[in-house]
Amino acid sequence: MKTVRIEKVTDTVREMCMEVNYQLSSDMCKVFENARSTEVSPLGRQILDQLAQNLEIASKDRIPICQDTGMAVVFLEIGQDVHFEGGSLEDAVNEGVRMGYVDGYLRKSVVRDPLIRENTGDNTPAVIHYRIVPGDKVKITVAPKGFGSENMSRVFMLKPADGMEGVKNAVLTAVKDAGPNACPPMVVGVGIGGTFEKCALMAKQALTRPAGSHSAVPYVKEMEEELLERINRTGIGPGGLGGSTTALAVNINTYPTHIAGLPVAVNICCHVNRHTVREL
Amino acid sequence: MDRKISVPLSAEDAASLRAGDYVYLTGTIYTARDAAHKRMQEALDAGHSLPFDVRGNVIYYMGPSPAREGRPIGSAGPTTASRMDKYTPALLDLGLLGMVGKGRRSPAVREAVIRNHAVYFAAVGGAGALLSKSIKAAEVIAYEDLGTEAIRKLWVEDFPVIVCMDAQGTDLYETAAESFRREE
Ligand code: SF4
Repeated sequence: MKTVRIEKVTDTVREMCMEVNYQLSSDMCKVFENARSTEVSPLGRQILDQLAQNLEIASKDRIPICQDTGMAVVFLEIGQDVHFEGGSLEDAVNEGVRMGYVDGYLRKSVVRDPLIRENTGDNTPAVIHYRIVPGDKVKITVAPKGFGSENMSRVFMLKPADGMEGVKNAVLTAVKDAGPNACPPMVVGVGIGGTFEKCALMAKQALTRPAGSHSAVPYVKEMEEELLERINRTGIGPGGLGGSTTALAVNINTYPTHIAGLPVAVNICCHVNRHTVREL
Repeated sequence: MDRKISVPLSAEDAASLRAGDYVYLTGTIYTARDAAHKRMQEALDAGHSLPFDVRGNVIYYMGPSPAREGRPIGSAGPTTASRMDKYTPALLDLGLLGMVGKGRRSPAVREAVIRNHAVYFAAVGGAGALLSKSIKAAEVIAYEDLGTEAIRKLWVEDFPVIVCMDAQGTDLYETAAESFRREE
């Protein structure tokens, strides 16, 4: 049994919220640099250069990479031998988000009620996903999500007969519909299988997987590569203003599903695909 | 073509810009996004005047992050324009000449752009830190209670934008993507 003080969770989440909004992770920087060397459109290259400059300014001056600092999505993987002490875990995470967004000069983009729409003023609550795993570690992933791209995300309840082609078409449809609205170049997270909510959660999780890494399942890896190439042939390009870089990565997660179904979720993210991980 | 243009816009400048032009704006523009547009529409419906005279002006669809001490503004990039489509034709018919945002516009907005010889610019989405450097001063002029969504007057210097839809209704999002399409 390991004891983790709840304040430790709050402090960690606070720091992670700030860090992740000023500095892209190294996997994202790498795929981004690759894109700068392969983009064929002159305007596209100019836009990618601006985005590179933007990243530099953001980390040097501690200005958010994007003004939409997102709704904070937090994944908690909690070892079953961990005992939290000092208060409610959920409150601790939200307190970390609150402090991070207030102290870090991050934008407060959350409304208390989806229809009454009054800003909560501190970007809480976060969307928290818990998973209990073996061991005595706590793994925290913070992935703030901007809504320009979130709004273009889709769930498709396909039929088993739609098969592989159906899945690919679903992804391409979502990407084309997103187009310039999702601040391309995008990162595309895909969840295939499970149930309605499981595939959406897998698509979100897929976005936190390092860009440029691939699924361990051979056919899924092939699909990731093929889809990335086909997306980059759509011509949408950086900023949606034409070019050969429409997506930086396609990450796919799969799960067993029902004999009658083939759920597919496509979570579109922009080039500001923020994710950071720490372990307590 | 690269051009330097002063804002508010002159009717001649607005009408002469062409989709694909790279433009640097210098002067004053106003921010408004979802909630501010809703309030402006309510003001118009109630027969009240708008918080600023839109004639010749440019609206930037943007809600900044908070400014650090000594800075005029925080991160300040464009938000998706289509959420404002519902309100835009009325503002264009009142004399608004320019908009800065990102993403596609509705057919009704396009018609209103053509009808009023206006222009829709794109700023690069997700470049808020860079774009903030072209904003020299900012002042909340209305709806302060809306926080990031309040209407701000911005003093900009060489603020970089690209003409996405010109007064003839040409849409760069359609033409540019088409010319780089390599699908079977
Ligand atoms: S989609 Fe991403 S880059 Fe674009 S405004 Fe939203 S958070 Fe920023």
